[in-house]
Amino acid sequence: MGKRTPLYEEHLALGGRMVDFGGWDMPVQYPAGILAEHEAVRQRAGMFDVSHMGEIDLHGARALEFADELVTNDCLKLEENQVLYSPMCYEHGGVVDDLLVYRLEPGHVLLVVNAANTEKDVNWVMERRQQLFPDVEAVDISAKTAEIALQGPKAQEILQSLTSFDLKRIAFFWVQPDIEIAGRQALWVSRTGYTGEDGFEIYLRPEDAVHVWREILRAGESYGILPCGLGARDSLRFEACLPLYGQELDQDHTPLQSGLKYWVRLEKEHFTGIEPLKAEQESGGPKRRLVGFRLEERGIARHGYPILSPSGEEIGVVTSGMLSPTLGEAIGLGFVPAEYAQVGTRIAVSVRGRAIAAEIIKRPFYRRSGK
Amino acid sequence: MKTPSELRYTEDHEWLRPEGKSARIGITDFAQDQLGDVVFVELPEVGRDVKKGEAFGVVESVKSVSDVFAPITGKVVAANQALVDTPELVNQDPYGQGWIVEIEIADDAEVGALLDAQGYTALQEGGH
Repeated sequence: MGKRTPLYEEHLALGGRMVDFGGWDMPVQYPAGILAEHEAVRQRAGMFDVSHMGEIDLHGARALEFADELVTNDCLKLEENQVLYSPMCYEHGGVVDDLLVYRLEPGHVLLVVNAANTEKDVNWVMERRQQLFPDVEAVDISAKTAEIALQGPKAQEILQSLTSFDLKRIAFFWVQPDIEIAGRQALWVSRTGYTGEDGFEIYLRPEDAVHVWREILRAGESYGILPCGLGARDSLRFEACLPLYGQELDQDHTPLQSGLKYWVRLEKEHFTGIEPLKAEQESGGPKRRLVGFRLEERGIARHGYPILSPSGEEIGVVTSGMLSPTLGEAIGLGFVPAEYAQVGTRIAVSVRGRAIAAEIIKRPFYRRSGK
Repeated sequence: MKTPSELRYTEDHEWLRPEGKSARIGITDFAQDQLGDVVFVELPEVGRDVKKGEAFGVVESVKSVSDVFAPITGKVVAANQALVDTPELVNQDPYGQGWIVEIEIADDAEVGALLDAQGYTALQEGGH
């Protein structure tokens, strides 16, 4: 039996199909199915249990400086209640994880990390703290934190019906602590997400999660909200080209190779892993790069399938691929040598031994209108 | 989950309906439900000889890729071309319009050896 979130019984009651994900029993889909859930988020709203995510609290006068040393993006420019996305690297430049950094009240920073990596991340943060910032307190608060993601163009309207706080005051990648949602005090509500749509991530005390989950479902019913599982979460993030650790990101690739240059601030004085990343950038950029591609014949490129040159030589590997529910095209992400990374370059993907022609296309595959 | 009594079944969740010298084959209601939304079906070439237990086709859902195994030995005499553009028929009507191939029966004994509905139901309940 895996670990269970406070919403486990809700998933069963809603007919969720439970699977193991990084040691957690999580719903991969509900009876509506992944395509319907995906469409609900793109057109209306969907709600996800993301309580399995890890949360690490940093406390102390130098909490923000510590976070800034840990991650490649620039934390020092953050204002109070601002959030940023960043890779976190090992000293050799490979990626430990990607995460959200919340700058909360003075002396308090929250790191939100991937569920499957929580233990590894906590160990890494503790190790770095010991070496560099022993005065900063780091606490794994994952078990004390439930999290619900409400995503989609109707997310704000639905959530607004459950709170007197004017949600328009929370801008993209900002957070508000202590908002009352459906009569319960949320720990934090941020306008963030992993779907490519507008939406919120709501951090709750575990004992409040079931009530808030049910109230959001009820409030969203007339909008056509659906509870959504990990399947739709993956297809949504894939279309928006938001990387998934273990596929687009891992300790064997630098964030520059994974296409996250914008979130790697080489002009910073220091962060863990800056030296190899600077060297990589100064030597003409990554030799291997993450690209997006579209298949030109029928078939679906899946994680792990070989990428071929037009002459059939194996040059890379697919990290994620599917038939895009929104675009109706078989698209994918993968690593190839830099000389194949230009948009328009012709490659092929080996699908069960058959070479299927493909073309490098622009990322992201999907961007919501008005953004 | 429907398990029509007139069909034969495999442990890999294919069904088979004998129709004279050949048999229609597809995946069961249980299998399509487990897979979720089917978005792509790879069909074998008509005329191909398949062996019992050989993977002859592929059904892909949003998340997963599953082989379809031949319940019997024989020649593929028809493939359901409707699945090329409407693979969701496998979900909507797994025993009817969602059929995958027709195979000419080489050995009637192989058909007789397949599970009946009762045996297949017991298999599902036993935790496949």
